[in-house]
Amino acid sequence: MTPEDGVTVGTIDSRRSAADREWFQGIVVELLSDLYGTALRLTRNRADAEDLVAEAVARAWSHLDELADRTRVQGWLFRILTNAFLSIKRTDARHGIQESLDDNDGDFSLFEQLHAPILLWWGSPEQEFLNKLLREDLTRAVDALPEQFRVVVVLAEMHGFTYQEIAEALQVPIGTVRSRLARARVLLQKALWAHAQDAGLVGPKHLKATMDHE
Amino acid sequence: MINCEEALRRLAEYLDAELLGESSREMEQHLERCRSCFSRVEFEKRLKSCTAELRREPVPPDLERRIRALVDTFKS
Repeated sequence: MTPEDGVTVGTIDSRRSAADREWFQGIVVELLSDLYGTALRLTRNRADAEDLVAEAVARAWSHLDELADRTRVQGWLFRILTNAFLSIKRTDARHGIQESLDDNDGDFSLFEQLHAPILLWWGSPEQEFLNKLLREDLTRAVDALPEQFRVVVVLAEMHGFTYQEIAEALQVPIGTVRSRLARARVLLQKALWAHAQDAGLVGPKHLKATMDHE
Repeated sequence: MINCEEALRRLAEYLDAELLGESSREMEQHLERCRSCFSRVEFEKRLKSCTAELRREPVPPDLERRIRALVDTFKS
């Protein structure tokens, strides 16, 4: 049985010691903020995120014997969490629930936009932008990504998985990982640029505010 | 020696620590000489670091209780 398979608490191996369970609970509680945050980015829904964390914890316990090196428990747990999410989504896909992907995102660089001469920034535009960027702005932009792009952002940017590890988790060629990640970043930066314009962080409004301040 | 166009082509793999050996060394050498590409890389690194922070969320008290109760049901 692999972590990708479904599991119920009732099937859990009884050979583990009380010390194993105590260690496991300590690790899970210590990482709960990261497990929940990752689940929330994947599901975009608090109730689903909580269910996903519980499912991942149950799967992890049932497969604990497969964890040869306990110092690697963190990456192992996140892989199980991701696999649990993906197996749920594969079931949804078989039932016809799938997001469509637009292939026409093209190239886009937020850095280049911020350096457009028309903006006439004082100081360092990219530093100014990052200083004003709020966590909620970035959260909204990530959550708005189509699922297949959001997943690679979660794995690569939030958890530092290698392209090979992501390819194995998603069961896609490594070239697909590269292209999804590239497109995810384009979409993310476009969304941040649009938000920056709407919020007046860049463009004429920002220019006027800066001049008034001067 | 690589130029800016090639450096930007390698940017994603550099950020994701996927560039190895000579490719990585060439990138580092370019960044030492090119202020524009260096600024771009620093910007992308900071943005990536901000994104990485989103993996952490405050845990709802009910979830912690639920997980503790779940682990307590595991046989040992």
